[in-house]
Amino acid sequence: MNEVAQRSDVLIVGGGLMGTTTALFLRRHHGLSVTLLERELIGRQASGTNFGNVRRQGRALEQIPLANRARAVWGRVNELLGDDLEFVPYGHLRVCYTEAQAATLEQHVRDVQPLGLDLRMFSAEALRKRWGIFSDAVVAGSLSPLDGHANPRIAGPAFGRAAQRAGAHIHEHSEVAHIERDGAEFVAHTIDGRQYRAAQLLVTTGAWSARFAQAFGEPVPLDARGPQMGVTEPLPYAIGPSIGVSTPIETEGLYFRQIARGNIVFGGGLKGPALADAVRAYVKPDNTLRQLRELRRVVPAFANVQLIRVWSGIEGYTGDWVPVLGPSVRVPGLHYAFGFNGEGFAISPGVGEVMAELIATGRTSTSIEAFSIGRFAETLQDQPVAT
Amino acid sequence: MSKPLPPAGSGGRFVRLAETDRPALHLRIDGEPATALEGDTLLVALLTHGRRVRTSEFGDGSRAGFCLMGACQDCWVWDEAGQRLRACSTVITEGMTVRTTPPASLWPVTPDVAARERGEVLR
Amino acid sequence: MTAPRVVVVGAGPAGVRAAQALVEAGVRPIVIDEGRRDGGQIYRRQPDGFTRTHAMLYGSEAAKAQALHHGFDALREHIDYRPETLAWNVTAGQLHTVHASSGETATLDFDALIVCAGATDRLMPVPGWNLAGCYSLGAAQIALKAQACAIGSRVVFMGSGPLLYLVAAQYLKAGATVEAVLDTSPAMPTLTALRGLLHRPRLLLRGLALMASLRLGGVKLMHAVAPLRIDGTPGGGVSGVVVRDARGAERAFACDAVGMGWHLRAETQLADLARCEFAFEPVSRQWLPRIDVCGRSSTPGVYLAGDGARILGADGAEAAGRLAALAALHDLDHARGRNLFASEQPALTRTLATMNRFREGLARAFPWPHAQAAALPSDAVVCRCEAVTAGELRRSVFELGSQEVNRAKAFSRVGMGRCQGRYCGHAAAEIVAAAAGVPVELVGRLRGQAPIKPLMMSTQEHE
Repeated sequence: MNEVAQRSDVLIVGGGLMGTTTALFLRRHHGLSVTLLERELIGRQASGTNFGNVRRQGRALEQIPLANRARAVWGRVNELLGDDLEFVPYGHLRVCYTEAQAATLEQHVRDVQPLGLDLRMFSAEALRKRWGIFSDAVVAGSLSPLDGHANPRIAGPAFGRAAQRAGAHIHEHSEVAHIERDGAEFVAHTIDGRQYRAAQLLVTTGAWSARFAQAFGEPVPLDARGPQMGVTEPLPYAIGPSIGVSTPIETEGLYFRQIARGNIVFGGGLKGPALADAVRAYVKPDNTLRQLRELRRVVPAFANVQLIRVWSGIEGYTGDWVPVLGPSVRVPGLHYAFGFNGEGFAISPGVGEVMAELIATGRTSTSIEAFSIGRFAETLQDQPVAT
Repeated sequence: MSKPLPPAGSGGRFVRLAETDRPALHLRIDGEPATALEGDTLLVALLTHGRRVRTSEFGDGSRAGFCLMGACQDCWVWDEAGQRLRACSTVITEGMTVRTTPPASLWPVTPDVAARERGEVLR
Repeated sequence: MTAPRVVVVGAGPAGVRAAQALVEAGVRPIVIDEGRRDGGQIYRRQPDGFTRTHAMLYGSEAAKAQALHHGFDALREHIDYRPETLAWNVTAGQLHTVHASSGETATLDFDALIVCAGATDRLMPVPGWNLAGCYSLGAAQIALKAQACAIGSRVVFMGSGPLLYLVAAQYLKAGATVEAVLDTSPAMPTLTALRGLLHRPRLLLRGLALMASLRLGGVKLMHAVAPLRIDGTPGGGVSGVVVRDARGAERAFACDAVGMGWHLRAETQLADLARCEFAFEPVSRQWLPRIDVCGRSSTPGVYLAGDGARILGADGAEAAGRLAALAALHDLDHARGRNLFASEQPALTRTLATMNRFREGLARAFPWPHAQAAALPSDAVVCRCEAVTAGELRRSVFELGSQEVNRAKAFSRVGMGRCQGRYCGHAAAEIVAAAAGVPVELVGRLRGQAPIKPLMMSTQEHE
């Protein structure tokens, strides 16, 4: 097919939250023309299947400025989008089972304070007084009062619609076969022969990003893993913050939150199989049963509650727990935002603002050097490039 | 053998048509004494005693079961300890206690939420 | 070779005959069933201590019911029978079960899995169907058959399909007050439908006889009705039914219970979790798991039989169960199984082919009234579990751009409740298709997710 290529200032490949937030802010803040190509439906993969935590607490310190920036957007997100994303700012509470872990929580309180995040420690007694749901196994907790949670199923599509209303060209069912350089432009070819051109390109294809980075000479080790999620029947509304168990033991990992309608969404522990090529991810039955055990352990009242559904998704993991964010170190005009290691939801509006700034002005006020794709160049330069 | 029970009057929703010559069993429904017949499911016991099994969480009123075969999941009730019972597939036993509304102890409101609902600000 | 590990899910007609075939071939299967007793739905056994005879319970099918029950009783010592056991999940070569009362879990390794999960009623929402006192037709029958109760003191039956007339006639015979039987299908089936129905003339005549007995009993019978609403209050429940008759006039019937259904819907969740492929069947307008003539699914080692694969009724289920079991043994290279399969497969497939033609006749004579979905007023509840309305579902199409039912579910919450879309899924697809202006097969089907039914969070891991 020899179609005339559509041209815009910026081409975004991948319609999850990273792509759609960037598209929105490119339009709203910078007035650049944007085309976004999504293989299937906006926000359906990791963006739509994750837990929905909007937390700064517990993140790597280098992500806190970005997370603060995102939190500012979350605070006005309904106005921004004209849609209710069900963002609930009633805090994020981390609890733990050992004094050693309590000391880790306390250290984190000290570490994030200069970064503008004020956390509060709770003793077991204080937790009992304020929440009263925890078992005696819980010895301490740490609250980030202004963190919270939102609805991931609707967030990506809502950002996508807002970007579209702001003038971005959003194309669903548009799988990109390959992207090439043509002079000073990037040209993306969809599998059905359409072409799209732009001076700048942003790759936000989540767990599927490795092949695009590879094609531009910047291979990244990227693993697909499936979050193991579940949801209960509706219960009387009782719990405000999203709650997590802080532990170095992977099988004890747990997080849960109650939505306004009353259901409790939970996840955590070992990840499950995610097959990026087949676009399929699974929940392992033994993971579910283990999660039920751990939920009873932290909140005994779960014993009389019903689990009604489980699901998984496809998340990209970079191997060093650090996302890939920022400009290419090899190709001018090329940018990346992927590999968020299962923690991208909370910071996505910040990522969108930052990438829009970077693409439009060449600079960003938020430090993202730690996330540069360049860090893999050294480690992989002596290795054969995978085909 | 106890005397056969008369068909449910204005109190119940279901109507007994046969098999009434069965031993009576005693249970407590929402704290009130009630009788049913050996072999009854909990759903039948509830609906020969009254006209509802539970209340919808979403404001559209009473429910009284729907499929009677364990598929619709619309007849889940509670015992006094908060244990869940699917009424259509649970056979009654002597002395059973059942509640058509959840006991408060099942999923208590946290003081945190209660305070927020009163308009207090906690930090 | 070591004894093949075969697991049968479901102890209704299909599962019982599958187990029987396996035992005859010298295999000892595990047979799990969610219920307390064998028999499934149509041959559901009454509790101990009940006195009604098989003839009173099962009418013209009494002999078949008796044969099935006795057949299973004779099997008990040759099988590993686990009642009150739910298969809550399945992975490659493993079935994950939980006991309903003890909460104990088990993982059953299998070489062949024969899924005979049966069916539920197929429901089309009617405004007010979420009121207390509205039941499926199957529920009305179970209340009578298994508990000797009527669902109310004045009952209206509404819907279509042979079960509509059967249950109404059973109620009449048992002394219940039946106000009316309201059929959404036309009085005269089309010629194509009739041709299909004539494949089983005895059944066709039985259906006509049921209608005659209802008329003789003074029950109002109406055809080609359009259900308008079920009246009542949130506190008090159902008080009446209003329909539009074939001439367009509104007709109201006072009642305190409605039994409603449009034939049956296959329970396909386990097949879905077993990653079986599905295909859309235009005649019945629903997605069904793909099977070959012997019941092999697209997943090696997984066989589907009975109403959980194709609604052929009890007779068809019995034949399909036996054939699937023999096919499984054939595929496992089991010597005796291969012999039995070779000798019986031709006759069994012929029987099933005849029944399939009757099934298609039924689907045409008593069509799924899909246009009713598009006509639902916006405040009609579609998802009973979550009280999601047709309007909210349409909003997910018009305002949020859904053109596919799982997308519509993500936005509107239809199908997110405890029943996992069993009762709203088909109507939801019709509403999305009508709103999006696309054929219903293009909006897809609600994807199954574990657990098959709600799992208590007190469920323990097994060692």
